[in-house]
Amino acid sequence: MPAEAAQFHHDAERLTHDLRHRSLIQKALGGYYVKRDEQKAKYTSWQMARASAAAAKYEAVNHLDTYLLEFTAKLEARGTKVFWAADGAEAAAYIASVAREAEVKRIIKSKTMTGEEIHLGQALEKAGLEVVESDLGEFIVQLREEPPYHIVFPSMHLTRGEISETFEKMLGSAPADTPEELTMIARDVMRMKYCQADMGISGANFAVAETGHISITENEGNARLSTTLPKVLVSIVGIEKVVPKLDDLAVLLPMLATAGAGQNMTCYNTLLGGPREPGETDGPEEFHVVLLDNRRTALLADAEQRDALHCIRCGACLNVCPIFKNIGGHSYGTTYQGPIGSVITPHLRGLQSWKHLSFSSSLCGACSEACPVKIDLHHHLLQNRRNAIAQRPVWWEKPIFIGFAWFMRRPALYRMAAPMLRLGGPILHAIRGKFFDPARLWTGTRDLPPAPAQSFKEFWRARYAKR
Amino acid sequence: MKISLFIPCFIDQYYPGAGIGAVKILEKLGQEVVYPESQTCCGQPAFNSGYWDEARAVAETMLDAFRDADVVVGVSGSCGAMLKVFYPELFHGQPREAEAKALAEKTHEFSSFLVNVLEVGDLGASLPAKATFHDGCHGLRELGIKREPRELLRHVRGLELVEMGEAETCCGFGGTFSVKFPEISTAMGEVKCASILETGADLIISNDSSCLMQIQGLFDRQGNKIRSMHLAEVLANF
Repeated sequence: MPAEAAQFHHDAERLTHDLRHRSLIQKALGGYYVKRDEQKAKYTSWQMARASAAAAKYEAVNHLDTYLLEFTAKLEARGTKVFWAADGAEAAAYIASVAREAEVKRIIKSKTMTGEEIHLGQALEKAGLEVVESDLGEFIVQLREEPPYHIVFPSMHLTRGEISETFEKMLGSAPADTPEELTMIARDVMRMKYCQADMGISGANFAVAETGHISITENEGNARLSTTLPKVLVSIVGIEKVVPKLDDLAVLLPMLATAGAGQNMTCYNTLLGGPREPGETDGPEEFHVVLLDNRRTALLADAEQRDALHCIRCGACLNVCPIFKNIGGHSYGTTYQGPIGSVITPHLRGLQSWKHLSFSSSLCGACSEACPVKIDLHHHLLQNRRNAIAQRPVWWEKPIFIGFAWFMRRPALYRMAAPMLRLGGPILHAIRGKFFDPARLWTGTRDLPPAPAQSFKEFWRARYAKR
Repeated sequence: MKISLFIPCFIDQYYPGAGIGAVKILEKLGQEVVYPESQTCCGQPAFNSGYWDEARAVAETMLDAFRDADVVVGVSGSCGAMLKVFYPELFHGQPREAEAKALAEKTHEFSSFLVNVLEVGDLGASLPAKATFHDGCHGLRELGIKREPRELLRHVRGLELVEMGEAETCCGFGGTFSVKFPEISTAMGEVKCASILETGADLIISNDSSCLMQIQGLFDRQGNKIRSMHLAEVLANF
């Protein structure tokens, strides 16, 4: 078993027994379901909106070559520097070199999962720079030296008490209990950091090809401050973030807000089009956009699963996933948790090392149903399973399934199963859950039904004989 | 109409009552019911585990068994989805693709067949119980069945149907998932069982026996006396 899979099994098993965690997440998401449904009801047709959002992303993803060039040309015409990064190392090295040239010492960063994906913060800290997360949730997990728990709600696994303890320990603040008090503590620290920072780093929710704008949507105003106060701004953008038209945001922004957080619209919506122009009073003097591939083009080459690049990182699939809700975000060991992470991580980081995530699903399909851009998530899990096995069958499974097929292709032999089950059933029942029970993976926690007096086949044959 | 019954392997072996109920109901409605005896398993365990060649080998026995059928009615949403949704994918680009598509076309899940094809609602059943209905995920999301079982249960005399919170949340069975990741599967089942208990129901009904195996298996282990029945068993109570 690869180390990644062993870690997953270990962490997932621990969390499934953590009933406090289970109720915490259930409670948090219970509130989200109510708000999400209230907002969805405001759409004339949520399904039509999904179709429209999916169509916009389909168009973009299937013509990335055109739209990325259009986006780049528009940005460059207004003085933005665009850097194409093949992988995380290239992106981080470029950003570090920009920092060096501009003599940057302090960086304020707004939320970017693409940045998390390439461990940008850590790479810049290694280069001797101070990096402070300005999104409240990210700020909290940064203080705790934890990765984000959820792509949209990075610290949803923490109670107010735990956050207060973190602040007391790391910031020396007094104990606080209300969200307002806790926010004020973080705000006091952060306001100073905004003023001191000489570089801002942001992600992007969308990249508009038509106008050459980056669209950032957020609730705290921190991204707006991080992108406009420091003299240098770097935005890191996954190449799949591009959308053809400004109009596309009219459907994508509200859907992201509704699916992601149960909001009508997110509070702050910003479009960034370039560095400060003569006569303007704010904005960065230098603006760099880093377009990141990092194996997205490999996913693009897979026609079957290309729609996974539609993802707008709303987190709706995590919020409805019964596996996520029971094992929590950290168990995945990935940047992107939940169903979308289970689909794309094998593409981004290696199928054999990450295939266990695709197997760890009951294939219930709640994710695909929730996805605002109609990614066929749970069917992609099946395809990942098929691809992983075709590439490298599991040595002990292969003979089992060959035997299974051999047996099931022989109806006369199959008919013997019912009397065997009646014979063996009581024995299995007596040893259930014990070490030598062959069915203990089931019977460790669950009973098996008793074998019936007659199988359906036997019932049918008896009935037919009577006629 | 001559109806060919599709009885999935675990219903054959563990839950024959669901199949027997379906026979009783369809015959009461004046339909001719046949049961092609060469059917075994739909191949889903191999398919979901990534072993598509082996799954196809098993699925071929189903193509053979139902080759001459006019209409196929199955008493499981999950195995029904295997035939209806996944066979065309499994046989895509394969010699028997057309046959797989034809089988998908003529296959129906039991409750959907009763309500949408035979257009019946009241089957004359009665069962005094307070019950809650669990939607099996495959039936619900692959086949879009939600209204049909409730429409049928509405007419059962003496039956009080209470909806549980998050009725659409998976019970955690998931076929081989339940033994590959027993801890996660069990945790999901525990959440489901808690939703069921909150309703105060003494009976769980589903159109998928595999979900009931998971739910009942957990309740039995906990020593809880709550019972479960397949939809066809409930409706055959006349």
